[in-house]
Amino acid sequence: MVRHAGIASGVIAVIVVVALLAPWVAPYDPIAQPDIIGLKNLAPSFSHPFGTDSFSRDVLSRCIYGARISLSVAALATAIAITLGTLYGAIAGYVGGAVDAVLMRIVDAALSIPRVLLLIAILALWNGLPLWLLIVVLGATGWFGLSRMVRAQVLSMRELDFVAAARALGASGPRILFRHILPNVLPTIIVAATLGVGHVIILEAGLSYLGLGVQPPSASWGSIIQDGADQIGAAWWISLFPGLLIVTTAIACNALGDALRAAFDPRENAVTMAELDS
Amino acid sequence: MTDPLLSVSDLRTYFHDGEVVARAVDGVSFDVAEGETVAVVGESGSGKSVTALSILRLIRPPGRIETASSIRFQGRELLQLSDGEMRTIRGNRIAMIFQEPMSALNPVLTVGEQIAEVVRVHTDASRHDAWERAVEMLALTGISAPRERASEYPHQLSGGMRQRVMIAMALVLKPALLIADEPTTALDVTIQAQILELLQRLQEQLGMAVLLITHDLGVVAEVADRVVVMYGGEVVERATMTELFEAPQHPYTEGLMSAMPRLDRDAERLVTIPGVVPPSTAWPSGCRFRDRCSYAWDRCATEHPPLYPVGDEHESRCHLAVEPLRRSESHTPLTVRVGADS
Amino acid sequence: MELAGRRSVVGTVVSRLLQAIIVVAIVTTIVFVLIHIAPGDPFTSAMDNPNVTEAMRARWRAMYGLDQPLLEQYVRYLSNVARGNFGWSFSMHRPVIDVLKDALPNTLLLAGTALVLGFAGGIGLAVIQATRPGSRTDRTLGAGSMFFYAMPDFWLALMMMLIFAYWLPWFPVAGAVDPVMHEYMGPLAALADRLKHLALPAITLALLSGAAVARYQRAELLRVLPDDFVRTARAKGLSERRVMWVHVLRNALIPTISLLGLSLPVLFTGAVFIERVFAWPGMGWVILNGVATRDYPLVTAGVIVAAATVTLGSLGADLLYSVADPRIRGR
Repeated sequence: MVRHAGIASGVIAVIVVVALLAPWVAPYDPIAQPDIIGLKNLAPSFSHPFGTDSFSRDVLSRCIYGARISLSVAALATAIAITLGTLYGAIAGYVGGAVDAVLMRIVDAALSIPRVLLLIAILALWNGLPLWLLIVVLGATGWFGLSRMVRAQVLSMRELDFVAAARALGASGPRILFRHILPNVLPTIIVAATLGVGHVIILEAGLSYLGLGVQPPSASWGSIIQDGADQIGAAWWISLFPGLLIVTTAIACNALGDALRAAFDPRENAVTMAELDS
Repeated sequence: MTDPLLSVSDLRTYFHDGEVVARAVDGVSFDVAEGETVAVVGESGSGKSVTALSILRLIRPPGRIETASSIRFQGRELLQLSDGEMRTIRGNRIAMIFQEPMSALNPVLTVGEQIAEVVRVHTDASRHDAWERAVEMLALTGISAPRERASEYPHQLSGGMRQRVMIAMALVLKPALLIADEPTTALDVTIQAQILELLQRLQEQLGMAVLLITHDLGVVAEVADRVVVMYGGEVVERATMTELFEAPQHPYTEGLMSAMPRLDRDAERLVTIPGVVPPSTAWPSGCRFRDRCSYAWDRCATEHPPLYPVGDEHESRCHLAVEPLRRSESHTPLTVRVGADS
Repeated sequence: MELAGRRSVVGTVVSRLLQAIIVVAIVTTIVFVLIHIAPGDPFTSAMDNPNVTEAMRARWRAMYGLDQPLLEQYVRYLSNVARGNFGWSFSMHRPVIDVLKDALPNTLLLAGTALVLGFAGGIGLAVIQATRPGSRTDRTLGAGSMFFYAMPDFWLALMMMLIFAYWLPWFPVAGAVDPVMHEYMGPLAALADRLKHLALPAITLALLSGAAVARYQRAELLRVLPDDFVRTARAKGLSERRVMWVHVLRNALIPTISLLGLSLPVLFTGAVFIERVFAWPGMGWVILNGVATRDYPLVTAGVIVAAATVTLGSLGADLLYSVADPRIRGR
């Protein structure tokens, strides 16, 4: 497990560093179209390791720049989701009673809507959201599962001795929540964040593949796959390589998340689809 | 003299974890004759349950029965059998019942299915015949309305009934040997007595031998013919039941006896042997009981005591057997601590 | 689940059915709110036709009640949805409900096939893995399921298409049937044609759900393995295979049934992408076509029907769960 976690963090670190250094690492300009006839759809070669696309753009360079979009969308959306989910779950769990019941029914309902369909509806109605709004929408639809986990933990912790002691000493509700309870929920949050990043990368890629996510001229890994999807039989390299990058990143995030979870709580080692899809 | 039904000799079951070796059972030998009841007595950690599981070869990795060990049953060396041959013995010639009848039964199968399964696996009885034998066996264990009970699930039965189901499951093929690992520990006192009576009655009816694993000398006194006392993975005393109760030789046995709740004592004040069984990864040198023994002298720290013969069919792993005078020397008569409760 | 044990199965069904209806109502409300806070209305974009005059748009708005107060629109929307009246599909020139009626069976066929294949395969792999945890087989299969688990649905679909339709031309590239020949085929040939078209999308979806099932089921099996009754089963003289498949698996399967319900949204989502890649004329394909043609009545109705289907499926899984576990099943 520890070894896996090491490899996973190494992979993530490499991808992040390459994305940060994109202008220096990428061999070509990702949007330059040097020769739309002569350099179109070139198979992978020494000068174009990932080949070129139908606009003669270098796929490797596009993937390197695409990493910036894919990773930052995933990281920011996950940050929003984690914040919302933690606050919502903590309030439900801490306040309890009827408020809790209502808040949790809402979450139940939200969890039963296939997230992608909801996103498709939103993105279709708003047609071409700017990147920052796409991030907000991804974040705002991704916190339901976490809120349920946080709520369960806060609920069980509310009656523990040290919380009761803090309350007896006259600490205020928000203070107890932020100083005493939330730090103990941190492991859950960290695991959810790690798994969430991997999940949002895949989700955003899907939406971009449908043309609903990242809008040109920006391109995420999903957009690049979309560039090649219609000619998969003829120019498979356009879609293959960005997909491999997505899989690699997602595996690294999942492995790291699993390892962290195992480290925090040895009993729990299964990842359920439900947790990931919410 | 005929061969005993079961003959365990120099049984060693070790658990390997990297460099660390836990010697849970460390050179145990005893026999069980046909039809008799032998009790293996000891605290938790003494190795008695591991001994029981070893006989059926139910030790899972990282546990391992070491090579010099021998377990002979009906003239066959069990440790030499293939896995397939061993399976024809388990549940068929040697059966086992466990302490916790709730968790030892499969929660999602009816009790009838679980009993009939034994018949189906070991004989070529039809599904219907196997079910009928399961019902018969349930009736034999004194369960009322056995046909209805057979279609119920373990959670629908009381603790005592579940243990009757376990017994029915173990005895449905009339095994030659029943290993009963703390069969009454998890039950109410009144139910305990009923289950012990049932075991004795069935033992007479079916003519099987019983190897009873227990920490409770009270149970031993009721049912056992012979007793093996275990401590620290070893046999420390071996005797017939009457001999053991009349003249216990090993200080550990003495301690167990004084720890027995008695009618003439205030039930609130249980006597316990001070200290705990040392970890099986680091048995002390010399005598393994010496840290808790009030007789202990320097010899006990340096020399590991063998099983000294101390009478007819009576052995004790204590140097007192050869230095009996030390017993009468002035010492606090076995420092038993009197606690307020257990 | 504690509560469910004390209630009768009928009571559970009724209360879960009510919950399902509430969920669908909430989904409908969310969709209604989305439509109304979205920029423009269906007619500004769907009717970009220069021949359509502003007066015609106004008449349409009046016809569809878009000039009414919001609350009134909301009530009418809810009651329309409840009666299955989802309006007119501009792109298909038919009532939305008819479009969905054609599409839903295709999605159910695809998702159902994938569900069966995925669960059977995933559970089988998990048993093989859990029989010898930590072995080379276990680790190899574990790496395999981790790989597919981390894969974007549409990308796997593209790769499957690339390998098994282009490089190895074993299966047709797209569609539910052969577009030209299907009509002229005899019943057997027509069935074979359907199966051939179903194979790639269904296997793709099954790989994705099977990977998740295998991971979950393996963990459940390993959780059950140390239980006392497993030792009892061994003490009865059962073979390791029988211990695993009968005693351990029966117990470890029960939580997997709840996974069945939870996996339906994932399955449906996967179907959306896979239908798109393979041009499989199901709900996802229809919804995405609606997106491309800005056919909002179709898109929103598709989302509502999909959510309702998933909710009903989860309800079914819950009921199955209460039947499968004798400790919950009422006496």
